[in-house]
Amino acid sequence: MITKRIIPCLDVKNGRVVKGVNFEGLSDVSSPVELAAYYSRAGADELVFYDITASAEGRELFTDILCEVASKIFIPLTVGGGINTIEDFDRVLKCGADKVSVNSGAIKRPALIEEAAKKYGDQCVVLSVDAKRVDGQFRVFGRGGRDDTGMDAIEWIKRGVGMGAGEIVLNSIDTDGVKNGFDIEMLEAVCNVVDVPVIASGGAGCIEHFTELFNALPKVDAGLAASIFHFGEVKIEELKRELSAKGITMRL
Amino acid sequence: MIAIIDYGVGNLFSLKSSLAFIGAEAVVTGDSAVIASADRIILPGVGAFEDAARKLRESGLDKVVYSEVAKGKPLLGICLGMQMLFDESHEYGVHKGLGLIPGKIMPLSDVVGDLKIPHIGWNALSLKKDSKLYKYVNEGDHVYFVHSYYGAECDSYVSATAEYGVSVTASVERDNVYGTQFHPEKSGEVGLSILRAFCEI
Repeated sequence: MITKRIIPCLDVKNGRVVKGVNFEGLSDVSSPVELAAYYSRAGADELVFYDITASAEGRELFTDILCEVASKIFIPLTVGGGINTIEDFDRVLKCGADKVSVNSGAIKRPALIEEAAKKYGDQCVVLSVDAKRVDGQFRVFGRGGRDDTGMDAIEWIKRGVGMGAGEIVLNSIDTDGVKNGFDIEMLEAVCNVVDVPVIASGGAGCIEHFTELFNALPKVDAGLAASIFHFGEVKIEELKRELSAKGITMRL
Repeated sequence: MIAIIDYGVGNLFSLKSSLAFIGAEAVVTGDSAVIASADRIILPGVGAFEDAARKLRESGLDKVVYSEVAKGKPLLGICLGMQMLFDESHEYGVHKGLGLIPGKIMPLSDVVGDLKIPHIGWNALSLKKDSKLYKYVNEGDHVYFVHSYYGAECDSYVSATAEYGVSVTASVERDNVYGTQFHPEKSGEVGLSILRAFCEI
């Protein structure tokens, strides 16, 4: 059967991997190429490579860095950040990306999802959503988690899947950086309404949080994290061995 | 030298990079003479069968594939490239393939029940043959799949399967013709070892 996936996320700014707590106070961690190669050797099932400042500052993704990563890493690679047009899809796919993640670009122009799914197939289009509890609702935030769009996250995700998004990355701003565990409640609400793979993001602090995630929500396909991997707080090899020992299907 | 057939379908960046990574000399080419001078041939492909099969035929490169295979040159079809080796595909109508592997390409949705389509992700190989391609592969090693159609009625040519509700054809072979439904160029160390083994055939 298909394995559950463990996905390190490389947030990139100026060619370096960064990770902030609740998206603030970014700190330089390491080189994307070195980290990506390290993770691939360590057993990462996929890598997500985001230019986190691209939506806010209109910065183009550094395609040369991406090409360098993709020429050394032979596992699935998802790229996001500043994806606003079909040309942006084309640009990163040519550099070796397998999937392209849209966030603010799709909020601004939802048709982007449909256009990309038609051209490259649903499996290529990932809808990434930053969501936060506001007035008893899961609210979609744009521009790297800075702007309240006023949209309901569950409705937005349903709409995105209807337009052809083949996978959802749900990042809970409420749990991101806090290391108290994934946002099971928010993830469950999403899993209940879509039948495409859901990737959980935001809140992992230790191995037990992944165990809790996959046990509580069998419909979640993958767990994504950044700083705990970058700082070595959780070792991917050890994480996958532990999960496998607990009966969760893993690629070891 | 390996010729990666370029017939205007799909993105060859990862395939080219993975071959370079294992030290194999590879060229992406749509030139029959270059393909004929290569030691081995890779037929890649993503997208829809009908479009890809038509492009291959219109480019005339199907002829060089036939003639080189007849000489015994190793050929590896990957993903849609594997599917094109079959007699026919039932993806949006019935379309003729190269006919190098007896069998047909059918929709996964016919057989996998409630499971998600496409079959996408890492799945374990169950080896059915002592294949040269799997010289460095162990039973249960994981490889990366992305597909909605599968190889059917090809039992005697199946070299490995993967479990997805049913046993799905993961790879086929017949003499010097090989095909993988999964992407070796996206399957980590296991995938690289399969490409390495192909280079040693």
